[in-house]
This record gives sequence, C-alpha cells and structure tokens, in this order.
Amino acid sequence: MTTKSALVIGGGIAGIQASLDLADRNIHVYLVDRLPTIGGTMCRLDKTFPTNDCSACILSPKMADAAGHPNITCLTYTEVEKIEGEAGNFTVTIRRKARYVDEDSCTACGDCIAKCPTRGIPDEFEYGLSTRRAIYIPHAQAVPRKALIDPTKCKMILDGKCGVCAKTCGKNAIHYDDADKVETLAVGSIIAATGFSVWDAKAATEYGYGRYANVVTALEFERLMGAAGPFDGHIPMPSTIVKDKWGVPDKHNEATKGPQSIAWIQCCGSRSHKKKWRQYCSSVCCMYATKQAMITKEHGDVDEDIYFMDIRSYGKEFEAYIIRAETEYGIHMHRGSRVSNLEEDPETKQVTVNFTDKDNNPCSKTYDLVVLSIGLEAPQGAEEFSKILGIELNEYGFAKTTVFNPLETTRPGVFVTGAFAAPKDIPTSVAEASGAAAKAGAYIVNDPSFEPCKPKVYPAEKDVAGKEPRVGVWVCHCGINIGSVVDVPAVAEYAKTLPHVVISKETKYACAQDTLNEISQFITDYDLNRVVVASCTPRTHEPLFREACRNGGLNMYLYNMANIRDQCSWIHMHSPEAATEKAKDLVRMAIAKACLLEPLEGAEIPVTQAAAIVGGGITGMTCALDVAAQNIPVHIFEKEAELGGFARNFTHKEDGKLVSEFLAETIKKVQDNKLITVHTNAKIKDIPGYVGNFRVILDDGSETPVGAVLFAVGAAQYKPVEYNYGSDAKVKTYVELEKEINAGKFTGKDVVFIQCVGSRNDSVGYCSRVCCAAAIRNAIAIKMADPTANVTIIHKDIRTYGFREDMYYEASKLGVRFLRRCNDAELPAYDGNFVTAYDTTLGEEVKLPVDNLVLSVGIAPMREEKEELAKMVKVPISKDGFYFEAHQKLRPVDFATEGVFVAGAAHWPKFMDECIAQGSGAASRMLTIITKDHLLSEGITASVSNPQNCNGCGTCVGCCEYNAISIVIGQDGNPVSSVNPGLCKGCGCCVAACPSGAMEQRGFRNAQIIAEIDALLDPVMEKE
Amino acid sequence: MADNFEPLIVTFCCNWCSYAGADNAGVGRRQMPPNFRIIRTMCSARIDPEFILRAFAKGADGVMVLGCHPADCHYIGGNYRARRRIALIRLVLEQYGFDPRRLKLEWVSASEGEKFQTTVVNFVDVIKALGPTPVKSKKAKDMSDNTTVKAAIKEE
Repeated sequence: MTTKSALVIGGGIAGIQASLDLADRNIHVYLVDRLPTIGGTMCRLDKTFPTNDCSACILSPKMADAAGHPNITCLTYTEVEKIEGEAGNFTVTIRRKARYVDEDSCTACGDCIAKCPTRGIPDEFEYGLSTRRAIYIPHAQAVPRKALIDPTKCKMILDGKCGVCAKTCGKNAIHYDDADKVETLAVGSIIAATGFSVWDAKAATEYGYGRYANVVTALEFERLMGAAGPFDGHIPMPSTIVKDKWGVPDKHNEATKGPQSIAWIQCCGSRSHKKKWRQYCSSVCCMYATKQAMITKEHGDVDEDIYFMDIRSYGKEFEAYIIRAETEYGIHMHRGSRVSNLEEDPETKQVTVNFTDKDNNPCSKTYDLVVLSIGLEAPQGAEEFSKILGIELNEYGFAKTTVFNPLETTRPGVFVTGAFAAPKDIPTSVAEASGAAAKAGAYIVNDPSFEPCKPKVYPAEKDVAGKEPRVGVWVCHCGINIGSVVDVPAVAEYAKTLPHVVISKETKYACAQDTLNEISQFITDYDLNRVVVASCTPRTHEPLFREACRNGGLNMYLYNMANIRDQCSWIHMHSPEAATEKAKDLVRMAIAKACLLEPLEGAEIPVTQAAAIVGGGITGMTCALDVAAQNIPVHIFEKEAELGGFARNFTHKEDGKLVSEFLAETIKKVQDNKLITVHTNAKIKDIPGYVGNFRVILDDGSETPVGAVLFAVGAAQYKPVEYNYGSDAKVKTYVELEKEINAGKFTGKDVVFIQCVGSRNDSVGYCSRVCCAAAIRNAIAIKMADPTANVTIIHKDIRTYGFREDMYYEASKLGVRFLRRCNDAELPAYDGNFVTAYDTTLGEEVKLPVDNLVLSVGIAPMREEKEELAKMVKVPISKDGFYFEAHQKLRPVDFATEGVFVAGAAHWPKFMDECIAQGSGAASRMLTIITKDHLLSEGITASVSNPQNCNGCGTCVGCCEYNAISIVIGQDGNPVSSVNPGLCKGCGCCVAACPSGAMEQRGFRNAQIIAEIDALLDPVMEKE
Repeated sequence: MADNFEPLIVTFCCNWCSYAGADNAGVGRRQMPPNFRIIRTMCSARIDPEFILRAFAKGADGVMVLGCHPADCHYIGGNYRARRRIALIRLVLEQYGFDPRRLKLEWVSASEGEKFQTTVVNFVDVIKALGPTPVKSKKAKDMSDNTTVKAAIKEE
C-alpha cells in the first residue's frame, strides 16, 4: 500500500483553503472542480463585507497558490463519478472532460478566441450579461488561464466545418479529437466543498424577474458593479444597455444610463413557506445587500432603499457596518417590510415596489433598478452527488451534519465544508475548510504507510560570488500579444548591446516548456549567472522562471523580469514605436538591476513540534484533539481548576444529546490522550519567541516550548445591571432560566424575554449572535411543557440565521408572541409586575403581566484578559474587545503574527457548532507549522547590512509592523539594530526609514533600485 | 514646445496592489500614453525619499508613487508611512524649485485597472502642462553643472 492523497471536491474558496492546508503539511491533494476554472462564487464577487475588500484581489493569490503548489494536483473540468472503499482507502473514479485545448501548450494568448466565428453564446461567468464564443477562457482571472472549446457549440466538433482556431493557434494546442478521460484516484479521505446554488428568482412571479428588464438578482448585480465585470464598474440601468448583434454589451455607449434609484428586496426565496421558497434564512443576504448599496453609493449618488423583515448582522463587526450604511451612507432601511409585488412601467421600464410600511400602511415607490437578494440553496445536483459520495442530506438538501460534529458527513472519512453544509459567509467557510483539512489529514498521516511529499531535488547552485555578471536575456513575443505592438527582434538586438549581456534571444512563448528548458540549459552552456525575461508580469510568471533558474543550477533570486506585455504592449497598442522604446527602457532597467542581484537563501528556522492552547473550553479541547490526532503533543493551559469553559453552564440538548454529556465525553477524551498535557489553574506570565519557537512561561516559573499558540480563551456572559437584576427574584438571565427548565423546576405562566440586554446599545455596539436562538429555544420549551403559558419575546430583530429559522417558525406556531421594540434606544419599561411594550400589529402599547422576566444577556469580550495575552505575542484587539485576526475574510483564525492563532468566542460570539468547527480550523492552521521540523523564511527580507552605520536609534523598530526588529547590544558594546528573519515579511519599510543607511532589503537593495532609476534616466550603459 | 514635449515619468508601484492594478489595466487593454516606466517595490513604504529625489535629479519630468488603498496595505500600514513621506518630500521639492505637482501619490488597488489608467492619463496631462523638468532646462543652459539639484541627493 502506498501513501494516500486527499481529495477535495470543489475549487471555491473553501476547497482551495482545505487543499492549501493539507498541501502545506506535505500531504498530496487532488483538487477537483467540475468547472474549467477554480475560484467558485467568490471570484465573481466585486467586493466583500464588512471590509469592502476587493474579492478578486484577495482570492487570486490563493488561486495561484493552489494551482502552483507542488503538492496539489488541480483537476479542473473534472467530475467525480464513483467513490468506492472506505475511510483511509477510497478509490475515486473521475471523468476529466475534454477541453479540446492542450492545457500544457495553451498560453492564453487569446488569438483563437478573437478568430472564432461562433459567437453569441451566453457567458456563464457573467450570468448571461455578456456572451462568449465557442472557444473561450472562462474569465480574465481564470486558473488555469487556458482556453477550452464548448463542444455543444463548436462548428468543427459538431459538423466538421470550421477549424479556424486550430489554424490560428501558434502552439498547435487545439485538438478537435480530444475525448473525456476516465481515471481512478487512490485517496485516504475526501472533503466535499461543492458550495451552493442560488435560488431561481423566476419562482417569485410577483417580482417579475426575467420579465422586467430592470429587475436583477444580487449576483447579476455583482457583475454589473464589478470593476472586472462587463461594464467596468459603471453600473448600468439594464433596460438602457446596448448590445451588439452578438449580445456583447457596449460598455461605453452613450445611451446607457446609470440608475438614479435602486431598491433591494431581501429574503427573496428565503424565510417563507410559499411554494418553491425556502424556509431557512440564507444567512448572508442582509450583509451582501448592504455592501452592494454602500459600494453603489461610492460610485455615485443614488437613492437607495433596502426592504427587509429583520436585518441579520450577527457576524464580526457586521452591526457597525449596517449602522454606517444607514447613518453615513444614507441608505434607507425599511424594517418589517415584505414587498408584495413589483410593477414595470412599460415606457420608462422603471419598477414600482409595492410594500407595507412599519405601520402597516400600503405604500409604493418607483425605482430605476430593483435587486433581488436571492437566497442560497443546496448546490445543483446535490442529490445525485450525495449518492456518489454515499452521504445523507438534511431536509433542505444540504449535507447533513450535527452540532457536535459540524464537519463530518454521515460517511466516515468524508467531510464537508463551506456552503454545502448550510448557507454561510466566506470567513466561516474558510475556517471550516481548515477544520475539514485537519480531520481529513488525520486519516492520511495515521496510515502506517504514510510518507510526506518530498521536496523536489534541484542541481547544486553555482557560486556567483565575485564573478562578473553574465546575463542571458529572453524577449517574448507572447504569440502576437507583445510582438504585434513592440518590435521584439529590435528589443532583443538592443539588449545585446548592453553591458554584461552574454546572450539575448527572442522567443515566441517564453513560458512554454521549450524556452524554459533552454533557459536551464543556457545557464550551463553560456555560463550565465543572471537571467532576465522580458514578457508578462512577475505576479503570475515569476515562479515559473525562477523554477527554470533553479533547474539550471542558478539561485532563483538571480532572475529578473521586465513587464513588456501587461504594462506595455497591451496598454500602448496604438503607439508601437513609443512602446518599443519603452520596452527597451524596461529591459535595460531589468538588466541593470539583475547585475546587482545576489543569491538569497531563506533562513532555516527550527520548529518545536508541539502546540500550546490557551483555554480549555470546547474550542480549545476540539483543537487539542485534532492536533493530537496527528501525533503532535499539545499543552492546554486552563486558568480554572477544571476543563470545560463556558459550556459547563449549558443544560440543554443539541440534536437530542445533552451538551453536558458531550462535554464530559470530550473532557475524558482529552484527559485520556497521552499526547495532551492539561495545565489547570495556569496563569500565563509571558509567551516570548516567534513562529516555531515560542515558550509559554507560567507564574510558577515553568516553561513549555511550543511551535504554535492558540488563543481559545472564550468570552463571558454580560452581567446585567438592568431591571433590578439580582434583587428582583423574577428577573433572571436566560442561562439561569434554562437551568430551571431543565431541572424541572420552572413554573412560570407569564414569561417575557427581553433581547439585546448588553448588546446593540450605545456602550456595546455589536450583536451577540446567540441570544435570539437561546431565547427561542427556551420559549419553545416553556410552550411545549405548558401551552397555556404566555410567552413574549421583545426584540430588535430576530436573528435566527441559517436553519435556526426553523425554531423561529416553530415558536410562532406554538403561540410565542414576538414584539419588536419600536424605540431602539430604550429598553421596555418594567415596574415589578408588568412590562410595557409596543405591539406593531396593534399599533399601540400593551401591558404584559410578568412572573418571569428573562434577560437575553449578551456576550462580553473579557477585554482585559485578552489584552494581557495579546501583549505577550503582539496581536491586536478589535474595537469591540475581541481578538482581531490577520484578515477578516481569508485568514479568520490566523493572527498577523505568524504562529499565533485564535478560535471560538475569543474571536467573536458564536454557537457551539461554529466554535467546534473553528477549533478544528485552528488545529489545521497550527499543523501547517508544527508538523514540520523547520521553516524556511522568505529570502527577500530586511537586514542590517551596514552595522557600522547603525547607531541603534530605533527608527526601524518603531516602523516595523511585525515586531521583527529589536535593538541589541553589538559586539562593540554599542546598541545596534537586529532583524529576526523569521518575523520579517520583507516590506522594506524600515530600509526607507533608516536615516543612516544601515538597513538594506535583500532583493530590493538601495543600489538595485537606484540602478533601475539610473538605467532609465542616465543610460550610459552602451558597451564599449 | 508643449505640443511635442513627451514627458518621462518614473512610477513606483507596490507589488500587491498598484503593480497588480497596472497589470489589470493591461488585461483590460486600457490604452494610455507610454510616458511612464514602472519600478516595482514590495511596498510603497520601501520607497526611499532618495529614489524620488534621484529620479528628479536625473531628469524625470514627474514621479508617481502608487500604493494600496488606506487600510488595504499588504503590510498592514506601509501605505500610511508612504503618505507621510510623500507629503514631506513635496516640501523639499518645492524648496529646490520643483513644482510639487510633479510628484503624485495615488491609491490603486489590484482590481483598479481603470483607476490606474485615469491616474496615468491625468498625470501625463499635468506634467505636459507643467512642461519639461527644470533639471533639463538647466542642463540646456549649463550642461556641465547642475549642483543645485545634486545637492538634493543624499550622499550615497
């Protein structure tokens, strides 16, 4: 038996993250996507909430990482057909669909596409807003960026009458006789990350989608507003779009007008028992609609309204985002408004929204554009796919999971992540993807035959120290992409005249395997010690050419690139002479810098293969078990005398099982695990060190060396001061109430729940996420036990997102009364016997008798405790007092400080299943470090190259964002700056700040950059 | 004179946002005047004032520094440092007789090919309106001596 791979199905952000986590632990991964590109839904989004980060910008590097990772085999345009075997030993049959274009030869030059006569095919990537041809590249950021032929449209494949693209292709990459290939893969475990589909808005006939030109879905709106979309980010009123005869919109047509007013209609397809609608909440629409409204406002002054039932901004810093949208951006929020129907004006094509306002008055307003906030549903074909996977689905067609095992499907060895398990946002998907990777990895590394992927062996690097630079230059035509504008032969000839250039060649495709081999070969043949390629952009192609250098025995940092395509030929198409001059300048500059480049090595940093977990609650214990499952020792540091954390307060059941029972089982597992050491009553004094090499020092003086640290310190319950809590026996928190109910001691008849006590007010701005569901859970319990009990929940919004919406519906059916507070600022009055509240349905105040006043108290962050730990490893705290992760979207459990992680309620209030998933996620992130015996730091780092110039002023220390620099006492006894290469990220900020010229950035030395400037402006470089 | 004056502009781009934004302009085939040359650094905070002064001293007609949008910096806060440095360099430039409009700082994200284009187009217009760098006119007058400008360069 040989080492097994992991299989990840679905190349969206969740699948990519899961693959990267596994691959970074030297586990081989097959990443399969049925589409011709990875990237999923995220690569179609314009911006992401709540940071308004550009989606493509943050996703593209991850896509390139996945595609270029030596341990990931990326199989796009591939379907999984059969899965046999069992956990640890699956045989998977896949069908690699024919692309008709050889992936290895295609350079994505686009020549074939320009010539293809079969046009007007709706472009799937643009949701049909534009069209494509029969041969196409899925989109500009596609990975792999390779053309493929749509066999259902191609005239040559259909009836043998065309063949233009094959004639056009300079690489002979097109093969009309290509056929599907069926292959089998041996894998140890499987992660299903197939994402979601969106609800078909045509089912909402009252909204006229598909009939009214100016009614679009939210995803279509993403493309309309996207900078990389068919309109360059200038949002058009769809009825005014002018298309050519092939259906390609003319983005600059004067007849195309921007909308002056836009309405968003929430819960389109969600939270309804209407036929074809979904009963659950889609979890993300409130936020994405608000994001779209905000971004649209940034495009221009547009009158904007959002119609919704409840606004569900329960995530990290979501509430502040909604408030900003309303107060700063002036977006009109229509609460409690369900839109009855839309009407189109046949002449102006404007759309009238008919709705009832908060006082139940019928109203209408007319807009240029209406966006339907369509819900998420199980991915298309989930039912058949579940049969292939051999897993069960839940009642809504999503993969079935449980609260205590949120990442496990019903089949051992098959895990689920992302929106395939439930509608969810990107950070949750990413954290869970890591979690699934932790679980899936255990099946592979625990196989006795497991051997980690071996690093590639390269020829020994030639010694270049003290040698005259000998530069080899390759100038690329890129098909006709460069050559049709820039005079490539002239540039190549010109390069020969420059100092140190030994050989200069033009090449049709520098990135093609033949040229790459030539580069490697010429390093020996011509004794080259510098390589310059003038072609496209280093952002996509530098790794490829660096690899060619390494293959030829040259240090990869002795390579430089001149960008004469993206930043020259493509943008100066109408000035070929000037573009050629520019290309010469760029080549001269690149050579000038290359001559001064030096070989670099990343520093080898040893790693202590052990993890420290601060906090022994559910999150910390889950993480500990997942880390220990991969045979890595773990230390849990718990400040209390026993494990369990906040979950010890829970007396309820989840999925029919008592939380206390699950907790006891988990504690036992932790205590029985020989690799886990539990330190109770632990008071941490300090955590010095850096990635791979931390020491956890306790108050008692004990020291524990570890390679990575997790903060899973949780949060606390808000201690209410409202409603005479503590002195009035009727007033209790929901946790206290729950204890009474579950002990059978509850006897109340008139129960009033007050939501948002200690949340969403002037002093605590955020939503505590869990209180709505907790109140409803208890309200249901009371009503089930005694249907005659009067139970009222007074709230601001009910935030039972996802499948929790079922609870809301059930409570309503049982007769629980929901009253929305009409005054956001004031809590309802309570006089010891009655609560006074406003009933929106009656339109008047009601007095409710009370024998139990239940306070749905929020989650308090325990800021002081967090700050104490934060200072030890220099990680930030968010403005709400929770830990602030490295990136809110794509690095939800990482800190910017490498080797330190966060999970659970320490990150943000969350439900138990979310804590468990995030705990597993943190385990995976930690494992990417602590399964290695050493780490290699980036070669491009700062260094104190001229220590004799350094007087220890500390300017560099102050400007380093990563605490990589410290002032130490040098050999001569004077203070001198010192850079820790393990922490340095290579931004070079300190180098520019250094007033004495002591600092340098390797790969971007002052002399190297100045050489570029001088080569451009002072070209005295001609050979004698 | 202004009609046939083709300025030469040195453009510093950070690796993560603005350089990617320039690539994005290329992918979108956004046409713009070929008067600029890009020098890539990892972060806009790497751009030493010396680089800018050197470019001007050697005869650049304009210098652009393009970084990530505020709060988007790949290196947390490098662009904020660049912003402060540029503000100070402008003062220095003015003292040496350069119109501070010859130095431009702009934020261009990786997806903003269009913004890259408009930034270049507008800046080229500004420099064309300002005319050739005073260094060149000085050079024209006195080819052998441009000590005023040399003084602006830090000692290497």
